[in-house]
Amino acid sequence: MIIELKNTTTREVASELLRARRNVGSASGMVLTLLVVSDEDHRDDALQAARASATAHPSRVIVVTYADGESQLDAEIQVGEGIPGDLLALTMTGTLAEHAGSVLLPLLLPDSPTIVWWPHDAPDHPSEDPVGRLADRRITDAASADDPQAALITRARNYTPGDTDLTWTRLTRWRGLLAAALDQYPHKVTRALVRSAPDNAPATLLMAWLEERLGVEVTNEESARAGVSEVRLTTEEGDIVINRGQSDSIALYNVPGQPERKVALRRRPLTDLLTEELQRMDADDIFEAAVGRIVKREDA
Amino acid sequence: MPNTSNNPLKDPQDRRLPQIAGPCVLVIFGVTGDLSRKKLMPAVYDLANRGMLPPGFGLVGFARRDWKDQDFAKEVHDAVKEHARTPFREEVWEQLLEGIRFVPGTFDSDDSFDKLKETITDLDRARGTGGNHAFYLSIPPSSFEVVVAQLKKHGLTDSEQGGWNRVVIEKPFGHDLESAKELNAVVNSLFEPHEVFRIDHYLGKETVQNMLALRFANQMFEPIWNNHYVSHVQITMAEDIGIGGRAGYYDGIGAARDVIQNHLLQLLALTAMEEPTSFEASQLRAEKQKVLAAAHVPGDLSVSTARGQYCAGWQGAQQVKGYLEEDGVDAGSSTETYAAIRVDVENRRWAGVPFYLRAAKRMPRRVTEVALNFKRAPHLPFTPTDTEELGTNALVMRIQPDEGVTLRFGAKVPGTQMEIREVSMDFAYGGSFTESSPEAYERLILDVMLGDPPLFPQQEEVELSWKILDPVLEHWANEPEQPEAYESGTWGPQSAFDMLARDGFAWRRP
Repeated sequence: MIIELKNTTTREVASELLRARRNVGSASGMVLTLLVVSDEDHRDDALQAARASATAHPSRVIVVTYADGESQLDAEIQVGEGIPGDLLALTMTGTLAEHAGSVLLPLLLPDSPTIVWWPHDAPDHPSEDPVGRLADRRITDAASADDPQAALITRARNYTPGDTDLTWTRLTRWRGLLAAALDQYPHKVTRALVRSAPDNAPATLLMAWLEERLGVEVTNEESARAGVSEVRLTTEEGDIVINRGQSDSIALYNVPGQPERKVALRRRPLTDLLTEELQRMDADDIFEAAVGRIVKREDA
Repeated sequence: MPNTSNNPLKDPQDRRLPQIAGPCVLVIFGVTGDLSRKKLMPAVYDLANRGMLPPGFGLVGFARRDWKDQDFAKEVHDAVKEHARTPFREEVWEQLLEGIRFVPGTFDSDDSFDKLKETITDLDRARGTGGNHAFYLSIPPSSFEVVVAQLKKHGLTDSEQGGWNRVVIEKPFGHDLESAKELNAVVNSLFEPHEVFRIDHYLGKETVQNMLALRFANQMFEPIWNNHYVSHVQITMAEDIGIGGRAGYYDGIGAARDVIQNHLLQLLALTAMEEPTSFEASQLRAEKQKVLAAAHVPGDLSVSTARGQYCAGWQGAQQVKGYLEEDGVDAGSSTETYAAIRVDVENRRWAGVPFYLRAAKRMPRRVTEVALNFKRAPHLPFTPTDTEELGTNALVMRIQPDEGVTLRFGAKVPGTQMEIREVSMDFAYGGSFTESSPEAYERLILDVMLGDPPLFPQQEEVELSWKILDPVLEHWANEPEQPEAYESGTWGPQSAFDMLARDGFAWRRP
């Protein structure tokens, strides 16, 4: 069921929501509140991603869109409609946008985590943003900014526990394979190399992580291919190489003394990334250390 | 086992990092069976798709079929497409395909095992699987001996330096105490106890850990988890299907051996055990063994057990045959398809609390659950009419389907009259987290590859379980009459209802 409310208040939204849930007979048991902050240009994309997330887990998804004009709140409530939780699309115009917290606070689910996600432009200080302040976890995506590299560095400087960036999530498979390679071939790494597109934010983060963990120099080499295309860990006996070969979804995996093997390593779609982020609610210490390393490097 | 502590890229704090198994070869015997097609092969694919399989992985099928590698690969491909939990992706398939091999042959053929040895050695070289081999025996226990002997004869388990060999066997682990010991001797002749993985696929690791978490991570359940508050416990595993085409396996085995001995007694042990000092394998096993050692079926076996056999009827909108009319079943068979027993646990926590275990086929619906039924409140400051519809409190751990927990308690019916009725508070794992549970087989295969055996029962538990069940089986074998018939699609024979009624209880309708 879809309910549209024009020029409304939070109280009205909350009571309509309760009524809608009763009508469709859906039970409680929602896991989390996901706030998606967007603007008018990206609203449809954000709604689509939010819908995909809401389908995956019973949760309350609130899409917040800011617009220019007289101070006003418009709302669209979706309950049922093929999603297990609720989906609220709130449009805040004018000065109301500066008081988004007052609108959202009463709508958060009790006793469960709140996550905010900026699919596009994110504030410089996510944890000091009026909406960011409400959340336990704040998800940004440096890759969607105009200058991803600069965005990543800003995030790194302003990191507060609970912050996370999808750039990091995109690296999980790479990191898993690299860690597994060292399990199979436990030798001391003396040098590391990351080959990537020029000025690639995930590569910067991956290098920071490797440097932090291995304590060795990590160099970058530019490649014509998109994203991160190769990681090479040098040991005394030879190199461990994971190379995204000809295909975008298969990598070649080389460990000294062993035959070359193929391994699936595809670029993961946005919903996968978001799902991974929503699985963990605690602060990510390893990410913190990696971004800390970026800051150190910048300041050096 | 990989030494994680020395790996600088790993950190216990880094919980995002997937646990990737080391390179290895998985050899499946009986690969043409239903289980392999519906569960094992899809689970292997799902693991690969979730990025948990190592780049060096080999899958070898062994069966009596005139297949080449590519025929087998096609078989795996079809099985995966049809049954896998996660979407099919070409690149994942490509990764798997490189390591798929097939060895045709019979268990007694020396040539076939020579060929198998050759195939595995070749995979070790071509795929870098480093001499790590897991043998999955998805075959009847009667064939274990010959397969194990062949593995030994052809040197398939001679471990190279650094490599490991593990064997996976499925329930039933024998058909009584003696045969369980024999079976164990056969397996132990070739494998060390820590290399043997006994699998009860009904009881996935996920379920076990869920029960441990519910009991020991919460403060509010443990204080009432004893004979002061619990009146009795009912553990049920009901299947809506009959024996299908498995007469050859089922006839002569029956519900008690098939399900109670392994699955239900494990659930009992997990429900009744004391808190282990840690979740280390040995600690957990020690607690389970203590409970099983304290458990027995009490007194007169004719009143503390019940058995039945389904007869023709209607089950879920379908007319179905009786057990004795099933293909391949002897018309005079006295195999039970319904078994219920009372088990008493003689320790301070549970003395006086009967545990009722029932396992059956052709029930109205498929359900597995553990229900703790509580005593009635000692004093009710209400008039008897107020509480007419109030039963007793219950805490139900649903194992399947829809794993979760239900709490039943009394609440006042809205209105001016004081009237109290039962309500349920419900929690489902499927709806309360942002991730879905992996299939039992996925965790199982991953654990075998990681060498992480904590929750698999070991031989001592298997033997203790048979000790509980053996007197019952003997008693039933000496009964001259047939098991009591019950109509398909009902909740079992009258004698089972009488068994509880004598103690002043009634079976729940799950």
